[in-house]
Amino acid sequence: MRNRTKHTGWLFIALAVILISIFYFYPMIQALLLSFKTGAGANLHFDGLSNYKRLFSDKTFFTAVKNTFLFLIIQVPIMIIFAMIISVLLNDSKLRFKGFFRTAIFLPCVTSLVAYSVVFKYLFGNDGLINLALMKIHLLSEPIQWISDPFWAKITIIIAITWRWTGYNMIFFLSSLQNIDHSIYEAARIDGASAVKTFFSITIPLLKPIILFTSITSTIGTLQLFDEIMNITKGGPGNATLSISQYIYNLSFKYTPDFGYAATVSYSIVIMIIVLSFLQIRLAGDDK
Amino acid sequence: MRKLKRTGIYLFLVVVAIVSIFPFLWMIISSTNLSVDVTQGRMLPGSHFIDNFNKLTDSINLLPSMWNSLKIALSTTILALLVASLAGYGFEIYRSKAKDIVFNVLLLSMMIPFAALMVPLYQMFSKLSGTVPIIGINTIAAVILPTFTTAFLIFFFRQNTKMFPRELLEAGRMDGLSELGLFFRVYMPTMKTTYSAGAIITFMSSWNNYLWPLIVLQTPEKRTIPLLVSNLGSSYSPDFGMIMTAIVISTIPTALVFFLMQKQFVAGMVGSVK
Repeated sequence: MRNRTKHTGWLFIALAVILISIFYFYPMIQALLLSFKTGAGANLHFDGLSNYKRLFSDKTFFTAVKNTFLFLIIQVPIMIIFAMIISVLLNDSKLRFKGFFRTAIFLPCVTSLVAYSVVFKYLFGNDGLINLALMKIHLLSEPIQWISDPFWAKITIIIAITWRWTGYNMIFFLSSLQNIDHSIYEAARIDGASAVKTFFSITIPLLKPIILFTSITSTIGTLQLFDEIMNITKGGPGNATLSISQYIYNLSFKYTPDFGYAATVSYSIVIMIIVLSFLQIRLAGDDK
Repeated sequence: MRKLKRTGIYLFLVVVAIVSIFPFLWMIISSTNLSVDVTQGRMLPGSHFIDNFNKLTDSINLLPSMWNSLKIALSTTILALLVASLAGYGFEIYRSKAKDIVFNVLLLSMMIPFAALMVPLYQMFSKLSGTVPIIGINTIAAVILPTFTTAFLIFFFRQNTKMFPRELLEAGRMDGLSELGLFFRVYMPTMKTTYSAGAIITFMSSWNNYLWPLIVLQTPEKRTIPLLVSNLGSSYSPDFGMIMTAIVISTIPTALVFFLMQKQFVAGMVGSVK
């Protein structure tokens, strides 16, 4: 009996293991092999480390890395702090219209990345509604070149991603706040702790696993940024908003296909994700 | 002082809520207006939704694209739930040291960015095009196959299985059910909430998937709705009313799925991060 169930267990997981091996791990190995090959289209041949040499002298690659990290360093902390503050406010049992606020703030997550990107592209266009409104209330005398100026294009992307993902992260914070035992807060109140003190010495430490979870998933998401870039700025102006994923896409499917080099660039993201996730886990402490 | 703080909190939340809703609202209002009205910043609903809709269906493959997306999203969801729940159940119920190792290896696949997979996957399906054309490039199968098994969903089912009452399995075994019978007759009906939460997550991400379909679907009649919306957005003289109508229509299925099943979704998310 025991032996029988032991083997059935493997049967249950076999399909998933096979599929993930075929569609994740096998391509990963293929990509590694590809990164040592060069040639156009399907005519590939082994060429040692030439792609890796090219990577380190590739200005476009470094621009893409710089852009991606700029988005990461500015956008992820802003979004997570925002999500945390909103969820703490919404967790107050005396707050009214909670359901409305929660649904409203989560609403952006229902849109597809492409759909909202196209909406943002028009909202932030030179004659778009944002400029129109800002000029009408005399905050601006002439339109901001949101999409065609290198600086503002980056800001537009940051605003867009923050709009789309804050509500998503808020849900994780909310659900874990609801699991915190209320008596801890009662005790703090009796001891005379202020709201700010309670937030920093009780709420934040208890939320640590979720802060870690949301910052790792957001980091991975930002390193893979593609849909927004492709649909709002196409990487431009110049390469001012080019992301690493968009660059890989361009190398593979837009310019003359260079699959070998594209695979080399894609491995740089793999390495960044591993290093950053590891760093975040270390930073969060050793308790897990 | 206390009252002032309260007001401040409400004011902050109202502003955040307005910012969150506004682009949504603008897109819906614009879908009922003519392109000229949209560019002039009209913020009142108009009466041109049907005109915009007719223009859309005349000029582009709106409904065929919706149908493509629906076929892909539904098959992905069904396959994903089946494979992931079998695995999540298998990992949790028949736990062993070896399986825990396999599970951790599977989780590593969550760290692999799609950008690293797209070229090898494209090559894999290009090769298949020659030998098994029904799953080669430019087929729905090629969109579904590499996307329906995710470590996230397996993880999600495993986490939720921890709460599954095991006495039910013992009772089922006494009644002479096979191990697979237990899964289909006892586990599946008990775990309805988990299945619906999993269905929402999968349906939404499949419906909204962009990069892989962009690579693999090459002819206009095979396109899914995000590809179509993206294409509309890249035109030089955009008809704003028409584009917003397309976006509104493309968002209806996911919005509907979400609002009908919001409770399960939140419950499911809670289960997945515990």
